Amino acid sequence: MSPLVPTRPLHLAVALDRPDARDAEPYARTARLAEHGRLDFVTLGDTLGPPRRGERRLDALAVLARLAPVTERIGLVPTVTTTHTEPFHVSSAVSTLDWVSGGRAGWTVDVSTGEADARHFGRKAAAPAPELWQEADEVADVVTRLWDSWEDDAEIRDVATGRFIDRDKLHYVDYEGTAFSVRGPSIVPRPPQGHPVIAVDATDPLPRTAAARHADVAYVRVKDTGNPGAVRGVRDELHRRARAFGRDPGRIVVLASLPVALYAAADAVALADLAGAWYADGVVDGFHFRPENPDRDLPLLVDGTVPVLQHRGLLRSFYPGGTLREHLCLPRPANRYATARETA
Amino acid sequence: MTSRTRRRQMHLAAHFPGVNSTTVWTDPRSGSQIGFASFVHLARTAERGLFDFFFLAEGLRLREHKGLIHDLDVVGRPESLTVLSALAAVTDRIGLAATVNATFNEPYELARRLASLDHLSGGRAAWNVVTSSDAFTGENFRRGGYLDRADRYTRAAEFVATARELWDSWAPDGVPRPFAHAGEHFAISGEFDVARGPQGHPVVIQAGDSGEGREFAAADADVIFTRHGTLEAGRAFYADVKGRLAAYGRAPDDLKIMPGVTVVLGDTAAEAQEKAAEIRKQQVSPQTALLTLEQVWGRDLSAYDPDGPLPDIDPDPDGELAQGRVKIGDPFAVAARWRAVAEAKGLSIRQTVIETSGRQSFIGTPEAVAAQLDEFVTTGAADGFILIPHLTPGGLDDFVERVVPLLQERGAFRTEYTGPTLRDHLGLPLPATRSPVKG
Repeated sequence: MSPLVPTRPLHLAVALDRPDARDAEPYARTARLAEHGRLDFVTLGDTLGPPRRGERRLDALAVLARLAPVTERIGLVPTVTTTHTEPFHVSSAVSTLDWVSGGRAGWTVDVSTGEADARHFGRKAAAPAPELWQEADEVADVVTRLWDSWEDDAEIRDVATGRFIDRDKLHYVDYEGTAFSVRGPSIVPRPPQGHPVIAVDATDPLPRTAAARHADVAYVRVKDTGNPGAVRGVRDELHRRARAFGRDPGRIVVLASLPVALYAAADAVALADLAGAWYADGVVDGFHFRPENPDRDLPLLVDGTVPVLQHRGLLRSFYPGGTLREHLCLPRPANRYATARETA
Repeated sequence: MTSRTRRRQMHLAAHFPGVNSTTVWTDPRSGSQIGFASFVHLARTAERGLFDFFFLAEGLRLREHKGLIHDLDVVGRPESLTVLSALAAVTDRIGLAATVNATFNEPYELARRLASLDHLSGGRAAWNVVTSSDAFTGENFRRGGYLDRADRYTRAAEFVATARELWDSWAPDGVPRPFAHAGEHFAISGEFDVARGPQGHPVVIQAGDSGEGREFAAADADVIFTRHGTLEAGRAFYADVKGRLAAYGRAPDDLKIMPGVTVVLGDTAAEAQEKAAEIRKQQVSPQTALLTLEQVWGRDLSAYDPDGPLPDIDPDPDGELAQGRVKIGDPFAVAARWRAVAEAKGLSIRQTVIETSGRQSFIGTPEAVAAQLDEFVTTGAADGFILIPHLTPGGLDDFVERVVPLLQERGAFRTEYTGPTLRDHLGLPLPATRSPVKG
């Protein structure tokens, strides 16, 4: 029956952002809907800048932690900025999101470029974007090291010797960045996914180095749906850079990030046509939809777009795995310190 | 009003049994200290017992001994605020208290995370303010460690004041106003993006018994988490701290004093004592006994037999073997006291450590423990207790099954939650809205 079963399904994610965050309920409702549609993950943006007029926000990672117990399979990917937040705290919080969700956490890396954001902290002036992305690259580096700073089997509970851990399997990261240093090890044992999924918006050239080096998922914002070539161009460049860093470009899931506003079933089908066509043409590995109004758009997406793509054999109709890495067909990373110790 | 409703009722909280010397991990019933299911079990048990709040400690650097990571206690824990945000989904009423360091965070970001938890939990957030200044912990952070001990509390006090300014920058009607704070430790301005939470301000807890800590609590905290446990010490502490409140224009009931305690239950007093002795032996393994001794002596004592007598050499006051722990005040005084105890009772190293360390314990039948707890509260030694179970995740089960109903029968504890927020449980009023700062 199924006309075509691709080796790798089309990946779909959806943004839960809304301007009037008051409590968890609307987020829980829309995340469950997205899970019903078997999407890979939901995202929630965040910033440490001032609210826009009429806007109220909540800490994105906290909201998605609140959703973990009321969802079962869908990935949870908050934005956490690296400019003003301590790298050690970023590592612990994202790792803990992975623990409370049973391996469904991700992290969208972003920076704070604004003067207003800097004044909220009063510690340093706003730096130029190239410097901030250089720092974000370093933060992603140290965070993954901290995730690896506990080997998976470090907890031994050896009653005979009274030792809870084998401390030879805990590692100082001794990271010296341009503007910060971290000793380690992490306070949190290695999370279920090894490394929670790292996502970077690679649309602009600046973040592309960090994306090529660290990203498991890269978003490319679509400015003109009539021009898939622009998106493909970014993807090709990202692949080239990843190869230059010695990475397998196939390990980066590139998603076209698309604003959507759906008013009727026909809009949902048109979106499926676009997604199917771009996927068939090899433009991207999937889509990150950003609904204008999640309450209106998400039901049409899940009841309209998704079934059409499933019917065409492009989208799976169930979650074959439990973790976000499994949804994305990405392997669980080896632990660099364990590997180093074993090969030493 | 009947005498029963006028009666002074206690507050109860539960501490997660994780990284500390109370937790026993060698017991076959000991489960995961990191898996979310353990947190769910304990928080739900505490909520079934109508507890005021569930409490998580914090770690920012793994502890070390003799330059090596301390491996005898539980090591590793999740990050508090994230765990509590998740627990908000699987609990309805219980307060959710996170320990977060004021030295290695910034007010804008932390105020935002705490206000977010307050919204996500429907008004159940609490913040246990701790401070540290050691360069050892600072090695994990941009800011490093450089605060003088005295500056720790001035920074913490200014941190809390600044957080309150941010929480107050949104009027209850949902209109944000610019904020500006210029102080010794923080100079920040702008607009806060989280609306005023259901509690106005999350509940503020202060842990620590020093003079500075008491003053800080009297000025600015809603709850004080103390170690003072015996009835006599508890009464003295209680009178001292409550006596400091008037200077800040606060009433005695505005600050709840809650010592951290352990409870061991048995069907008979003798059985409870036997279980307590067994638990103490589990908590102080031979290896832990030597390590505890080395912390006091400041010397490598690994050649000593934990079942033999105390060393006759003196402590080295400059020997800093332990990192990431509270410092021993006067090692000579502690050593002298330990020797006196050991000689008087003929105790080995391990027995001496068991005898001299450990928290205030309530040991006995459920009836006896309920009566003792009640006595603390009715005689002015505490407003309630933070229970520190020794087992994850079942460590609270017995207390909730057997002691809570007895406390309720005595009229010493609530029989239902009377409101949705932690402030309601603690009988704390909503903070007044202050006029906005001119930005």
